[in-house]
Amino acid sequence: MQRMTSALRAPAAAAMLMLCGMARAQEGGQLHGNFSTDAQYYNEDEDIGAIVPRQRLAYNAWMNLIYTSGNFEAGGRFESYEPALAGYPAGQPYAGSGIGYRYAKYKLSDLEVTAGNFFEQFGQGLVFRAYEERYLGVDNAMDGVRVRYKPFRGVYLKGIAGRQRFNFDNGQVKGVGLVRGADAELNLAELLDSAWTAAGNLVVGGSFVSKYQEDRDPLLELPENVGTWALRLHYTSAKWDLYTEYAYKINDPNGKNGFIYRPGQGLLVNATYSTKGFGASVGAHSFDNMFYQSDRASPTPFDLNINFLPPLTKQHTYNLPATLYPYATQPNGEVSAQGEVFYKWKKGTPLGGKYGTKLAINGSVAYALDTTRLGLADDTTARQGYTSRFFTPGERRYFQDVNIELRKKVSSSWELALTWLNLAYDIDIIQGKPGESVVYADILILEGLHNFTERTSLRFELQHLSTRQDQGNWATALAELTFSPHWFIAAMDQFNYVGSAALEDKGKEPLHYPIGSVGYIRGGNRFQVNYGRQRAGIFCVGGVCRQVPAANGLTLSITSTF
Amino acid sequence: MIRILTVALLITTAIAAAAQSTVPSATVQTLEGKKVDTRSFSNDGKPIIINFWATWCAPCKKELSAIAEKYEDWRAKTGVKLIAISIDDARTMARVKPYVSGQDWEYEVYLDPNGDFKRALNVNNVPHTFLVDGSGRIVYQHNNYEPGDENELYRKVLELTGKK
Repeated sequence: MQRMTSALRAPAAAAMLMLCGMARAQEGGQLHGNFSTDAQYYNEDEDIGAIVPRQRLAYNAWMNLIYTSGNFEAGGRFESYEPALAGYPAGQPYAGSGIGYRYAKYKLSDLEVTAGNFFEQFGQGLVFRAYEERYLGVDNAMDGVRVRYKPFRGVYLKGIAGRQRFNFDNGQVKGVGLVRGADAELNLAELLDSAWTAAGNLVVGGSFVSKYQEDRDPLLELPENVGTWALRLHYTSAKWDLYTEYAYKINDPNGKNGFIYRPGQGLLVNATYSTKGFGASVGAHSFDNMFYQSDRASPTPFDLNINFLPPLTKQHTYNLPATLYPYATQPNGEVSAQGEVFYKWKKGTPLGGKYGTKLAINGSVAYALDTTRLGLADDTTARQGYTSRFFTPGERRYFQDVNIELRKKVSSSWELALTWLNLAYDIDIIQGKPGESVVYADILILEGLHNFTERTSLRFELQHLSTRQDQGNWATALAELTFSPHWFIAAMDQFNYVGSAALEDKGKEPLHYPIGSVGYIRGGNRFQVNYGRQRAGIFCVGGVCRQVPAANGLTLSITSTF
Repeated sequence: MIRILTVALLITTAIAAAAQSTVPSATVQTLEGKKVDTRSFSNDGKPIIINFWATWCAPCKKELSAIAEKYEDWRAKTGVKLIAISIDDARTMARVKPYVSGQDWEYEVYLDPNGDFKRALNVNNVPHTFLVDGSGRIVYQHNNYEPGDENELYRKVLELTGKK
């Protein structure tokens, strides 16, 4: 049966394209798409513990095609992993080549219907978010039906049903659980038309999501339908922006929470204030038992997530803070807060100088939830697992980050940026390395940009991370020469050396990770070749982090949009 | 194999025959939370630059900052408008409004947290810039940012407005 469906797939796709072709002839439709590939040849390199797969050459490749004609749209994505890059994707392995995503969609005035695969989110995603982060290998696209309807000005309704993408084996492989949901949103400024617009806007929304999975457990009586609901409020004015969302999940015993019958809940609040040259934000959230996957026995925390719990911590862009110690939300229990300020000293002021000066200050902290464990087998507790005080931090601090960035154009051809970060990082919890001590790190980064001519520039970064834990100190130097608009050439070295006796005792040797890159860009096409050593790194999305193993070799990346 | 070839052939012919592209329809949000159809983007018959960026993307911020310094001149001379589409998702979208204010940017900024517009325009990664002429056709695009790329973009705007 499986064989037959796959045999039917190609003719079906061909027929679809031909139909598209005919429709185009009538209405002048458009066909567009993109292509992207990352290919790598792996060298052996014992010093850095480089991983060498049995097939020395690996690649990930995708091509998306979208056809639109009037109110009709159809699209698909061809994917190929023969084999996939080492450490890709985050969850269950991808293998082979085939169609990983396809859909058809039409819009009739206020109604939009999608059949097939789609991405969607309700509010900030606390109860539902189907999304892709291609470079991280996270894709929980729905396969089913989605209806979006706007019955009245300012009123938005959405309904979704289907199953989620689980992994890829010559085509998308879907999870066992069914996911169904509905969302309603009321936009007062639009509803009341212009009267409200001047003063501000209030958006109120609510959603309900349910998953179904058969109970085949020989011992436990598990809920086959698990419902969640969420409410949200969003107020905006010219200067203020206030957002809050609360989510509740009924008891959902699953592999991630130790099969306890405790309900889950989550609350996030955020406020920002913005005026010309100044912006500030504060936010806090708490999650308690909020893993929500469409398979209660999902093998990894990356697969089949129905919801998304956004971390409050800053997503850093410099190499060392971005890939050594990034934070990931802990869905089972966390209390977190953040604050941030952006300021620009204007041109001509004492601190602004001739070109102005920009300042960014950011701080965030995440704690475990304050919980008290209960005996599991105890009849009186009914497998509740623990009790908790919602929004109350426990004793264990998972993460803390304070960072300051100053950026200044110092002359017509020079720009400098100075960044300082201070991190506390519970590597045991966040990266799942039991017994490892908390990492305390200071990072200092100097970035410079010099324009030789209108087209030629040199950018450099000097980064230093000092810590007595984990892998010890890192020093990074990067130089990038760009010839606008087509070429760039870059070289980087990351040097790992030990700064403390404790790590020396472990026999850690100093290591260099040199890598060189050349790139060529033309319009929507981009080609890049790297050669050298890649340090093991961590990429995080939402609640989860993907570890990318150390590697040595040649990489080719192509992206193209047409 | 034949299957793949047939599909490839069909795709190629279809692409070869495809009409010149216009801005596709997708729903984005203003910073005030209002929903806007991207087809309604307009600039009174003058060109529009559509720039995809994110608060976590360093080259994107460099590009928008570089253009910001020249934007007043560009507008005065050609009437061009820049629409900045932030692809920040649930994690970072709350940072967009204070960040934009902190930078003192004058752009029209929209949020595309679910990536609907990004997918509709087949953007692989950010920054990615499109130049749209007065009648809504995409006439130029550029992926990546290198210092100086903004001058190339402006040359294209000048060509469009006949003020070369």
